[in-house]
Amino acid sequence: MQDLGRLGFRQFGVSVGGALDSHALRVANLLVGNDESAAGLEITLGGLRLHFVDDRIVAWCGGGFDVRLGSTSVAAGHAALVRAGQELMFNQPKVGCRCWLGISGEIDVPIVLGSRSTDLRTNFGGFDGRALRDGDEIALGKNSKHAQSLVDLLREQRISSWSPPHDWSSPAQREPILRVMRGSDWNRFNDVTIQRFTNEAFIVSPDSDRMGVRLEGIELKRNHDIDLISEAVVPGTIQVPPGGRPIVLLGDCQTIGGYPKIAHVISVDLPTAAQLRLGDRVRFHEISLTEAHQLLAERERDLAEFRVGIKLRMR
Amino acid sequence: MEIAPLGDSALIVRVRNQFEDAPEQTSNEVLRALRRIEDARISGVIELAPAYTTVAVFFDPLRVMDDAARVDHVIESLTQKIHEALSRGGRRKQRDKSTRLIEIPVCYEAEFALDLEQVSRQMQIDPIEVIDLHRTAQYRVSCIGFTPGFPFLSGLHKRLATRRRSIPRKEIPAGSVAIAGAQTGIYPMKSPGGWNIIGRTPLHLFDPRKDPPALLRPGDRVRFRAITREEFDRLKR
Repeated sequence: MQDLGRLGFRQFGVSVGGALDSHALRVANLLVGNDESAAGLEITLGGLRLHFVDDRIVAWCGGGFDVRLGSTSVAAGHAALVRAGQELMFNQPKVGCRCWLGISGEIDVPIVLGSRSTDLRTNFGGFDGRALRDGDEIALGKNSKHAQSLVDLLREQRISSWSPPHDWSSPAQREPILRVMRGSDWNRFNDVTIQRFTNEAFIVSPDSDRMGVRLEGIELKRNHDIDLISEAVVPGTIQVPPGGRPIVLLGDCQTIGGYPKIAHVISVDLPTAAQLRLGDRVRFHEISLTEAHQLLAERERDLAEFRVGIKLRMR
Repeated sequence: MEIAPLGDSALIVRVRNQFEDAPEQTSNEVLRALRRIEDARISGVIELAPAYTTVAVFFDPLRVMDDAARVDHVIESLTQKIHEALSRGGRRKQRDKSTRLIEIPVCYEAEFALDLEQVSRQMQIDPIEVIDLHRTAQYRVSCIGFTPGFPFLSGLHKRLATRRRSIPRKEIPAGSVAIAGAQTGIYPMKSPGGWNIIGRTPLHLFDPRKDPPALLRPGDRVRFRAITREEFDRLKR
């Protein structure tokens, strides 16, 4: 169970957490008439069956999952009407590893430290501070006015014809290139190492999780192995432990770290990073900070337009 | 003072480049910088977090863009505002959060002091003396991290500067008080870790139902008080 994350407590060592692709969750929420910041389900590698006890609108965004409502396939980024008694099924993804499900009426769990997100590392928030298990019952709020109008709208059609841009609903790629900006320790690596960092592919290794994606491939050796003083790290930070195998930090990462920060994945590419799974090949491409901000501003403008379009349908 | 980007949604204000040469002064300067940036209430800034020599400033680039108007001015605009905040002297009376002194009861008995013997052997100090050196010093929280509520405390006696365990423990019990290098710390919750454990506190260092959720905050001064097993049990309840 994740919302847009837990802000304001990093000085106490509390991770931001939240949906690893917050954009996907925002879009899924908009599609079902929820507030964008509502909590949704983050589904990892599928194998989930949800039984509905009343009529709800659902929508999901994320990896290449096969999602079914009875025998009907529900594509990413489409709003679907689920009737009372029906089951929604998430099978294993062909590409990527996570997706986010918005459910109309919003998930009703207590807010802990300003968020409904589950902190799996510390076991608080969300649903009893843990991942969902067989038989759990999730309390939902009442459908919003918007959601109710969607229920009426989709009574015949069941699944919406409209959907957001493809790269929002399905950001997973087989061999993605993540755009990065320089980190404060970029210059601690020599030119050859930097060349290889931005040209060669890395492979996602085991023990990658919500804290970070561990990569194998070339070893990134520093010029001098001096100890650094721990300081803040953020989701997207690519840190390089002594062995030279980089780690791309994700939402549940620690708040501080002492490893060199070679680079940072830009905000708009975090959704792609959140899809990396064991064996995936990934490359990095350097861009400027201004470009990173431009891309973010563009996506936000597009989202604003999408928001208006969606609201018009729900009147 | 150097201000550098940390990804596209945060900045790091580097107050000093070293910590160990002057921990007290560095902590004071970091906390002063933190307070001044906090007081400036810069639009678009979400939260601040201090660590040894730095203050991290987390911001929402979209909100800063709304103010700075130009996309390529986000960092310049924020950096300038931070510099202004930092140079604004301490005219108004400082609410000095940094002087809290918190006493933490610790039971150093063998049952909890999992690595006391090994520390004693490594440093060639009698176990009793290890405990004495640890419990009589005064410490200061230089930063909180690793896990929620985990305080990194500076002020450890030089004779207790141990190496970390070569193989970290998979699970350290909550409340464990540990030492490593120039620091001591307390594991607020069950977690993996490589520090040498020399005692345990019955206090909860992190409680998400409270605000603030952590018992300690950066700048706090800390003392340890040795307690018996009976007192540990009583306080634990």
